[in-house]
Amino acid sequence: MVERRPLLLFIQHAVLIFGAAVFVFPIYLAFIASTHTAREVNSGLPLLPGGQMFDNYATVLGEGLSTAGAPPIGLMLMNSTIMALAITLGKLVISLLSSFAIVYFKFPFRVLAFWTIFITLMLPVEVRILPTYEVVAQLGMLNSYAGLSVPLIASATATFLFRQFFMTVPDELTEAARIDGAGPMKFFRDILVPLSRTNIAALFVILFIYGWNQYLWPLLVTTDESYYTIVMGIQRMVNAGEETPQWHLIMTTAILALVPPVVVILGMQRLFVRGLVEVEK
Amino acid sequence: MSDIRLRNVRKVYPGAAEATIPGLSLDIGAGELCVLVGPSGCGKSTLLRMVAGLEEVTDGEINIAGRQVNDLEPARRDISMVFQNYALYPHMTVHGNMAYGLKNRGMPKAEIAEKVGTAARMLGLADYLDRKPRQLSGGQRQRVAMGRAIVREPAAFLFDEPLSNLDAKLRVKTRVEIRDLQQRLGTTSIYVTHDQQEAMTLADTLVVMNAGRVEQIGPPMEIYARPASLFVAGFIGSPPMNVLAPGTGAALATAAGIERAAGHAVVGVRPEDLRAQPGGPLAVTVRVVERLGATANVHGVLDDGASEVIASLSGTDLPGPGEVMHLGVNPADLHLFDHASGQRLECAGA
Ligand SMILES: Nc1ncnc2c1ncn2[C@@H]1O[C@H](COP(=O)(O)OP(=O)(O)OP(=O)(O)O)[C@@H](O)[C@H]1O
Ligand SMILES: [Mg+2]
Repeated sequence: MVERRPLLLFIQHAVLIFGAAVFVFPIYLAFIASTHTAREVNSGLPLLPGGQMFDNYATVLGEGLSTAGAPPIGLMLMNSTIMALAITLGKLVISLLSSFAIVYFKFPFRVLAFWTIFITLMLPVEVRILPTYEVVAQLGMLNSYAGLSVPLIASATATFLFRQFFMTVPDELTEAARIDGAGPMKFFRDILVPLSRTNIAALFVILFIYGWNQYLWPLLVTTDESYYTIVMGIQRMVNAGEETPQWHLIMTTAILALVPPVVVILGMQRLFVRGLVEVEK
Repeated sequence: MSDIRLRNVRKVYPGAAEATIPGLSLDIGAGELCVLVGPSGCGKSTLLRMVAGLEEVTDGEINIAGRQVNDLEPARRDISMVFQNYALYPHMTVHGNMAYGLKNRGMPKAEIAEKVGTAARMLGLADYLDRKPRQLSGGQRQRVAMGRAIVREPAAFLFDEPLSNLDAKLRVKTRVEIRDLQQRLGTTSIYVTHDQQEAMTLADTLVVMNAGRVEQIGPPMEIYARPASLFVAGFIGSPPMNVLAPGTGAALATAAGIERAAGHAVVGVRPEDLRAQPGGPLAVTVRVVERLGATANVHGVLDDGASEVIASLSGTDLPGPGEVMHLGVNPADLHLFDHASGQRLECAGA
């Protein structure tokens, strides 16, 4: 237990508040910048909100930044969402099924299969980027949602976690289900997946953010503007050739790019907090 | 109603050097409650799980209701099972738990609701149908597990130590409820336990197992009265039967007028058959007296200094520790066992 000494308490709080401030301050600055005009932002960043908020957001959402060489924000937000969701759902479905197979079925080369999956942990997309690019190009998947998401789906993080979880599910539950006439897929759907709900929610958040933040891979496989993602878009706005970057609009875009991950976290958090509280004694 | 028949059932676990069950035959009559009892690791669960279809049968034949089930999936054997830790589906309500097996059989919803309702009323669970297992007490969970077993109206119930997670008092109460339910439904049942009291009170037929073999089969009182071997004698009855080596037992046997076995038989006598008898053949130095209320267990040492004896005595004038007490026994209550094989020797005391 932590002792209740005033000085200690003060130091603890100071450290925590300082830490929180360090994290929040850049976001605050971005928000402030998104409420001013270009001139105000460029002549030294103000610390208090300005009156340009609605104009800026309307501009970014409505007209886009065609001058900055990026497609409209709405499209990029949608592309990012589609890519992140495809990666998240794809990884969840594949890893649930593959860990189900590895834990509950005996088949030849089961151990080999497990180790093969395990090894992909060491090969994130950045490591295998050239061969993967070659494969995707050969398959004609450049400039497509499939090209954006499929190569990122193939990795083992979630498989590994689900395998560990499935191994903790008591054998008696499996046996009770067998006696109750549940075949393997029914057992999977009716019992394993609902029991994994907490894990699924937590992984959904982690994987969604992983997918949302992808930068290098989308940059490689898309040349068609209509497949640009928001993270790429922001980057392109900053490097907008000879023009001065329009910081107020860039920051507006950045704030908008925060929204979907935050929505996902808030939505899922309720689910997995409830899951944690409900956990079987 | 239906019967269960095992013919030379053998089980060797993959990779195991020896057979867990070297070959066992057993007939359980329709509507009977058969209790398998034996020390830990003797293969009770293994046998039960083979009947359930959760464990493969290495050799032999299992029949349920006249049908060979060796190669049938558990769900198609028309059995239901109650597990030691209940194995309830944690994310389903009580209703969901009981209904799941029926749903998987494609039974219409209305019929499921009716059957679950009936079972829930029978078990006093009607008010808990919407709760999740974690919102129930241990005893209620146990009843849900029972409910899940009975809604299916199977040919046989299989119980694997269903009461061992309950406290002593609830265990006795639930024991009676299980017996009552089983008699009302008339469903053939196999019940595994290592608690000899549970075994005695529940069984129509008691099967005492040891190292994968059947030591004795019979009605519980018969096994109690005439244990077939020293192993059974020591396992059934509490406190266990006193066993006196040939030399020590001789005095008792001679005093009882049994000449035949005097020299070379092991003599067994149940604590409850011993009585205080001034000048009786057993002189015991008392060590501890355990008072249980109606009776007391007197623990002592025979005058040879080695054999421990327990006598279950009633009455109030019990000896104190250190005193010497003389005990006697009715000749008909002596059990003789062969010194070498441990098998019962007949015509003792008759
Ligand atoms: N899956 C298995 N693989 C190998 N050996 C096993 C397996 N399950 C059980 N055994 C062995 O078989 C023997 C009998 O086990 P079983 O579980 O049937 O005993 P039990 O009579 O039910 O004991 P308890 O009263 O402790 O439950 C034990 O020696 C055990 O080690
Ligand atoms: Mg067991």
